[in-house]
Amino acid sequence: MPSHPEKDERPAATVKTMESVVAAIIIAGGTLVIVDSLRLGNRWASDGPQAGYFPFYIGLMLCIAGLVNLVFALREPGSKSFVTRGQGKQVLLVLIPLFFYVALIEFLGIYVASTLYIAVFMTWLGKYRWAKTALVSVGVSLAFFLMFEVWFKVPLIKGPLETALGLN
Amino acid sequence: MDEIQSLIGGFAVALSWFNVALMLAGITLGVIIGVLPGLGGANGVAILLPLTFSMAQQPGGATSGIILLSCIYWGALFGGAITSILFNIPGEPWSVATTFDGYPMAQQGHAGRALTAAFSGSFIGALFAVLLITFLSPLVAKFALKFGPAEFFSVYLLTFCAFVGLSKEAPFKVIASMMLGFALAAVGLDTVTGQLRMTFGSTALLKGFDFLIAVIGLFGIGEILQTMEEGLAFKGVEGKLNARVVLDTWKELPKYWMTSLRSCVVGCFMGIVPGGATPASFMSYGLAKKFSKDGDKFGTGMIEGVSAPETAAHAAGTSALLPMLTLGVPGSPTAAVLLGGLLIWGLQPGPLLFTEQKDFVWGLIASMYLGNIVGLIVVLTCVPLFASILRIPFSIIAPVILVICAIGAYTVHSSMFDVWMMLLFGVVGYVFKKLGYPLAPLVLALVLGDRAEDSFRQSMLISQGELGIFMSNGLVGGLTTLALALLIWPLVAALWDMMRGR
Repeated sequence: MPSHPEKDERPAATVKTMESVVAAIIIAGGTLVIVDSLRLGNRWASDGPQAGYFPFYIGLMLCIAGLVNLVFALREPGSKSFVTRGQGKQVLLVLIPLFFYVALIEFLGIYVASTLYIAVFMTWLGKYRWAKTALVSVGVSLAFFLMFEVWFKVPLIKGPLETALGLN
Repeated sequence: MDEIQSLIGGFAVALSWFNVALMLAGITLGVIIGVLPGLGGANGVAILLPLTFSMAQQPGGATSGIILLSCIYWGALFGGAITSILFNIPGEPWSVATTFDGYPMAQQGHAGRALTAAFSGSFIGALFAVLLITFLSPLVAKFALKFGPAEFFSVYLLTFCAFVGLSKEAPFKVIASMMLGFALAAVGLDTVTGQLRMTFGSTALLKGFDFLIAVIGLFGIGEILQTMEEGLAFKGVEGKLNARVVLDTWKELPKYWMTSLRSCVVGCFMGIVPGGATPASFMSYGLAKKFSKDGDKFGTGMIEGVSAPETAAHAAGTSALLPMLTLGVPGSPTAAVLLGGLLIWGLQPGPLLFTEQKDFVWGLIASMYLGNIVGLIVVLTCVPLFASILRIPFSIIAPVILVICAIGAYTVHSSMFDVWMMLLFGVVGYVFKKLGYPLAPLVLALVLGDRAEDSFRQSMLISQGELGIFMSNGLVGGLTTLALALLIWPLVAALWDMMRGR
């Protein structure tokens, strides 16, 4: 049903796949911890335990827990859906703009980036008219500006606009 | 009766105009946070924590700071019930059990009764827990003054084993999530040897991972992503409360005193031994169902089924502060964030707090009494207002909450790296939640990792590497044994089920 993309019930990923991937990442992470602990030394030195002594066991337990979870994951039936295509699309619709938003903060400052992000979200997903969108997005950012910069005196990242307005 | 005297002193601290105003502000903000999806006790407090940095530098400011933050926590505990009952959406994980009977009641037109029962239950649970804190915590603190590193490590061990034993998630998922927290906590400069651990040449990782960032990402971004799956609309029942309904419900509630008492005890136990508010609420609901004579009608809108989980959740949430204050071991993620606040303000949680920072401790305890009374009044009078927040379309609320999370993550250290980390933790939180990896052990391990490791190393130094030190006397041996018993509990339970199944 192309007109109702959010109703697409086909799984985008199964629980089995996701469980296995997460378990594999945990094993990889555990291995990384073990390798680094061995580099630092996981033994008993003349002045007590070395820096890798405690993390070594943490890494070991991560690997064991990951392996057990992997075994359970592989025994999982392959039919259970982790996220349907419709749901996955909804999540990506939030996640991808969020990624760009965080990237933009560095260049535009947090206030301008937030205004843009709220505006994009509202027009894209909420289908609001531009007047309401502008009112809400600018209003919210302005409120945050007053709250952080003026009342609580916590400076946030500012960009070219604030510099141009002499607010830095 | 030293406690009474100290408590009166505490009331003198808490009852200043400024502090009462902060209480009111904190509760209101907390209820809003509890109602909004994606914001909850833990990340709400984490986001607002940086705002108290300048406040805490003034004399008595740390007390005002903790009053504000703890009241946000109480508010969030109250707020979770509103969305559960009116919208069938648990605003907080611990109010999931409240939806079972709360929403059916609301659908049958008894929203007012359900809300009153939930709020009153919450209040009673909290009161019970605060009384416990008042009289028990000075004793625990005095007792804990004698603790050495081995005792502290065994307390940490107990904390973490309790997670494995009491969670309803798969034990190895709990362990994986917990160990991930410990591993992340170990990243950065090792304070004992001065060596760099797991930084792999990156300068951004030198400071290690801040748990506040993890909390904001895991709970905030993760939950918004999960909510997005279900689309953008909330459908709810109108909630009206008038004095008549409240009084009628209050007349009805004393009948269920036994359920309340049981819920209080379950809640306090689960709060102190960090099982947390969520399992406490489920356990209490289960017990109420089992012992009630109308047990099979549970799920169709029984008032007991609303008050039992709320009482337990609030008792657990409140009593989670007892080990936080006396031992420096938080019983819940939100208590962990509060502990982080104490550390940032320069206060060392633990037994010494009770002797060195009397004003602070007793001011906080007194504010718990006042805060919950204020909270009860605020929620009973303002329900329609709070419920109307959820009528704001999600496509406006969601981006604003995400912006708040980003700002919150940035303000912790004024670093963009943290905002990227928050995003990463958000994705992790979403996946973990969907796969049933619990988040609380990860957060607690991240908070306590360094200190657990320090106490372990110190114990090892004392014993010259003999693990026997954790069994060396009655106290430490008892704690260790209890910890190990909790650790293997899921195994025993599984075996028992298998035997009975045959």
